[in-house]
Amino acid sequence: MEAIRLDAQWIDYLLIAIYFIFVLGIGWFAKRGISSSIEFLLSGRSLPAWVTALAFVSANLGAVEIMGMSATGAQYGMPTMHYFWIGAVPAMLFLGVVMMPFYYGSKVRSVPEFMRKRFGTGAHLVNALSFAVAQLLIAGVNLFLLGTIVNRLLGWPLWITLIVAAAIVLSYITLGGLSAAIYNEVLQFFVIVAALLPLTLIGLNRVGGWDGLVDRVSNDGMLGAEQLSSWPGEQLSGFSNPVLSVVGIVFGLGFVLSFGYWTTNFVEVQRAMASKSINAARLTPIIGAFPKMLIPFIVVVPGMIAAVLVPQMTQFKEISASIDEATALEQTGVTYNDALLLLMREVLPNGLLGVAIAGLLAAFMAGMAANISAFNTVFSYDLWQQYVVKDREDDYYLKIGRWATIGACVVAIFTALIAGNFSNLMDYLQTLFGFFNAPLFATFILGMFWKRMSATAGWVGLVGGTLSAVFVFILAETGVLDLPGQGAAFLAASTAFVVDIVLSVIVTLFTTPKPAAELRGLVYSETPKSDFEDLSEPKAPFWKRPVPVAGVALVLVIILNVTFG
Amino acid sequence: MSKSNELTKTAGAFDVRNFIGALLAIFGVILTIAGIVGFTPDEAERTGGVDANLWTGIGLIIAAAVFLIWAKLRPIRIVETPDDAAGAPGTD
Repeated sequence: MEAIRLDAQWIDYLLIAIYFIFVLGIGWFAKRGISSSIEFLLSGRSLPAWVTALAFVSANLGAVEIMGMSATGAQYGMPTMHYFWIGAVPAMLFLGVVMMPFYYGSKVRSVPEFMRKRFGTGAHLVNALSFAVAQLLIAGVNLFLLGTIVNRLLGWPLWITLIVAAAIVLSYITLGGLSAAIYNEVLQFFVIVAALLPLTLIGLNRVGGWDGLVDRVSNDGMLGAEQLSSWPGEQLSGFSNPVLSVVGIVFGLGFVLSFGYWTTNFVEVQRAMASKSINAARLTPIIGAFPKMLIPFIVVVPGMIAAVLVPQMTQFKEISASIDEATALEQTGVTYNDALLLLMREVLPNGLLGVAIAGLLAAFMAGMAANISAFNTVFSYDLWQQYVVKDREDDYYLKIGRWATIGACVVAIFTALIAGNFSNLMDYLQTLFGFFNAPLFATFILGMFWKRMSATAGWVGLVGGTLSAVFVFILAETGVLDLPGQGAAFLAASTAFVVDIVLSVIVTLFTTPKPAAELRGLVYSETPKSDFEDLSEPKAPFWKRPVPVAGVALVLVIILNVTFG
Repeated sequence: MSKSNELTKTAGAFDVRNFIGALLAIFGVILTIAGIVGFTPDEAERTGGVDANLWTGIGLIIAAAVFLIWAKLRPIRIVETPDDAAGAPGTD
């Protein structure tokens, strides 16, 4: 890959520098509130819903998401919207309406801790360890991507970028804990919008407005008008039959993959747990759903614009269509992943360019910070306090949390270096950890609503479900199953879900359930309604109550699907 | 800024809205100035004739004003519930 040097001037560097002063400043100011481990690791459960909602969205709006989704937009066009409208919003609403009362109401401090209370230490250890290791890995991958981008854009050596970025993340998290991470995610959200919204509008202006874009995309001589409607999205799903494609997207992406990711991933759920009341916790993913459904307009659309406006990108797409992507990369020196950067270079004036670079750097670091702030909580509470050193005073665990943060940043630098040398290995490992999600969702949802489900069923279902996903994945990799695109991932996740449910039911029938007295707050039928309610809720107007707001979001996302379908 | 109740504290020490407002305001002013003094033909060619820095700058200043006014009109008050604030480990 060749360098894409952006012509950054002093004004751009000035804007970037100001942004980083604010990033560190947030860590410094957030430090004042920290005197206990709960304040460091869970923000003292004190944040308002709009803050945690934006952090919820931002924690996922990392580099992989921004670059990846604009790349998919450049390649396939509007079907990419499914990753937001089908693959995120419904699951976020479900998390807020159905699952959050259990997480917040049971007063657990992490998702693995919920697992321990419901199913005991077997399932807990599997969950906590795999989560902790996965976070270190993903933090490293985020860091590596940051290093490569900075290297290609500004020409800094990789190792300097790795150390500087890790040091910045480390300093604001060790100072301000989760609050600093969350506040920075909120700040990052606005910087990203300030960068991507003008980028989209200027790009549209260059191609002659929305009509101009529609015109150019439908006459691109490749996928053409297929790229302008999100359904049935055969290119994206990899199923050539339109009916199968719709079923694959709705069930595979929309149900199993996205519910597994959004409802059990502690990186996301932690943001909601940091909020000040059960009402705010439930509103976190629900309010977050609104920006989430609009973000693709400033992420996917620029990708589509790049594909028709930037000559290098158009050329890459044409060669990919006529020969293949490897040849196209060889001849043009770019890939789909460069779509957003190429558009930035093409249309942004100095000044706005600085805002855009700051926004991207922020997104990369926020991704890593989110992983690390979730890691240090699980490490301190679920691994260290549970299995290594129990029953110490709280100060001790606050100290452990800080040391875990330092350790995680150092490990992330090394993971990033490994990622640079063995990129395929990293891809496989990430896919592997993705397999934990689908069975986790199955186990949680069954455990929350079926009081009889036993502890043994908890871990047997998890392990069996994960192994079945790996099995399907191997079949697809070795060519026994022929599913291009996302088809294999959809099928692996669906299989894991079904196997988990079936195994859990069978094992439960032959094992003893937990006594009902231990299930309060963990299982729906054993929990008094008052545990799930906020005293302020009945008085709150409808736009501050989770269920009606979720209803509005659902209607909006359906309208979007119909309008752009 | 009432400190009458021991369990409520205003988050005056740190309100992220002031931070967001300040950053967007600084960005807005810098971009607006850049848009006024530095709008070159080369830049016009990139953007398709629009003074993008100027318009973005104005937009950011307005957004910043919204945050600063919002923070001023409705400061955060946090009610600390004793069992959470204590951060009791091992609640099971």
